[in-house]
Amino acid sequence: MRTAFIKQLVEEARTNDKIFLIVGDLGYNVVEPFAQAYPQRFLNAGISEQNMAGMAAGLAMSGYNVYLYSIGNFPTLRCLEQTRNDITYYNGSVKIVSVGAGFAYGSQGMSHHATEDIGVMRALPNMVVCSPSDPSETRKITHLSANYSGSMYIRLGKAGEKEIFTDGPCTLKLGDLHCYQESNAPCVLLTTGSITAAAVDWVKEHHVDTALYSVPFIKPIDGEQLCQLAHKHSNWIVLDEHQKSCGVASALIEQLSDLYQEGAIEAFPKIRRLEVNDEYIHVAGDQAYLRQITGLQLSEAYFK
Amino acid sequence: MNCDTYHHDYRALARDIRKLSLEMAYHARSSHSGGALSMADLLAVLYGGGFIRITPETVDDPLRDRFILSKGHCCASLYATLALCSYLDADDLREHYGDNGTLYYTHCSNQLKGVEISTGSLGHGLPVALGMALAAERAPRKYSVYCLTGDGELDEGSCWESILYAGAHKMSNLCLIVDYNKLQSMGDVKEIMDLEPLGDKLSTFRWNVIEIDGHDTDAIAEAYRNFIKEQERPTAIIANTIKGKGVSFMENNIFWHYHNPNDQELKQAEEELG
Repeated sequence: MRTAFIKQLVEEARTNDKIFLIVGDLGYNVVEPFAQAYPQRFLNAGISEQNMAGMAAGLAMSGYNVYLYSIGNFPTLRCLEQTRNDITYYNGSVKIVSVGAGFAYGSQGMSHHATEDIGVMRALPNMVVCSPSDPSETRKITHLSANYSGSMYIRLGKAGEKEIFTDGPCTLKLGDLHCYQESNAPCVLLTTGSITAAAVDWVKEHHVDTALYSVPFIKPIDGEQLCQLAHKHSNWIVLDEHQKSCGVASALIEQLSDLYQEGAIEAFPKIRRLEVNDEYIHVAGDQAYLRQITGLQLSEAYFK
Repeated sequence: MNCDTYHHDYRALARDIRKLSLEMAYHARSSHSGGALSMADLLAVLYGGGFIRITPETVDDPLRDRFILSKGHCCASLYATLALCSYLDADDLREHYGDNGTLYYTHCSNQLKGVEISTGSLGHGLPVALGMALAAERAPRKYSVYCLTGDGELDEGSCWESILYAGAHKMSNLCLIVDYNKLQSMGDVKEIMDLEPLGDKLSTFRWNVIEIDGHDTDAIAEAYRNFIKEQERPTAIIANTIKGKGVSFMENNIFWHYHNPNDQELKQAEEELG
């Protein structure tokens, strides 16, 4: 996904001279195409996230559309107050891009597990929160972000994710749910990020009759599409490589609750949340292993 | 009224900044008067002397100079300056500062004309100022960015991240002004987190360092001239100031970091300021 992001950003920057990329001394062998093509709009700010976020704010106030790129928790948690006070307060045109969502850097330990970022970022007013599931969604979201004048968080996996959505150009709009497969069964499986590929493989392998959607935008989520889904499916399974307390399922449930209260949906679906259950990881493990030990596993029983 | 009516009489402008700041604090029952008074001369010279290239008519000009007040809790002094230089309405500030529903909350707000960014949490101003300075550096025409911090504020690591960057990258269009009044929230800077040798530290970080008496208006003006001429390094003006400057019972008294003046205290302060 990170390569898809950079390639798309280079393409966008060709016709948009406001795009500026700041990296926090990370992105070796990834960001060079941008740095070489647009040295006047590239900066390695060093290992100083607070300064980096503040500088991004200052550049945005001076007319740039700034991309602030780093790993997992560094551009999100480390400089959270700068993001709040200096970026989202103004709805500044800064796109915070993190790589290594969830347990993508699993073996590197808990400091590199990005499992609270969705909750933290979506709590900030004005912040749009994006979490593409594959390279095609990454390219589309990068394109949308290049033409969006406010604050945005883009949560990327790492490298080598396969294309899930291969049926032509991605036509996503901000807030869209992204259908992988429809079904008239009561079940719908909703996922976000790179774990979507695992969910797709599992559904195919187990021949489970379920609708399957990627949730590439966690804030906002289109309410009408959510209503349609709630009318059609009564059994929701949400799979998300993030803490349960504030992840994608929380975002969905909160919005469903509002829709239910407003009378826009007649029945509240049953929702099973497969997310990290309020815990840190203390052991070594790759992404697949950490997904397994934190219960991010599908079971045929959930779809009955 | 505008800055020009003072005819570069910085002392008169600083006196009126102090008086209006205290009237605002009195009305709003707000704190931080000591730090507002210590920085008044620095603002009087910056705006009254025209060193900062901005006017009420050019607040949206992309090529304007920028002023960032990082010690946002002392915004009364900046607001008073902006009012006396025709950006804001002095009477409105005097009568409504801090009132419910106004834009005059008692930390710095960018909702007001001439105020670049909202501040309040310390250590935010310099990184943003640096980003603005970088935008200027990468643009066809340079402008200058001034950032005024407190001394206690330099406890914040974010300040030093910016100081390191600006020195290493020769951000010569950036001017840091340190209101070095030697008192922070809970007591003496020297006891809580001694900054000394501050000038040496900044020099080591490759800054053009100018240490002055922050109430000597000639020295302040000379320091700004020095910054404007500097082509190689960012400039740090270490302004040695007195917290509560100009009002005898407020000077060097930590009480005035918190207290707001009552009727009698305001009257006496105004008499002393002249």
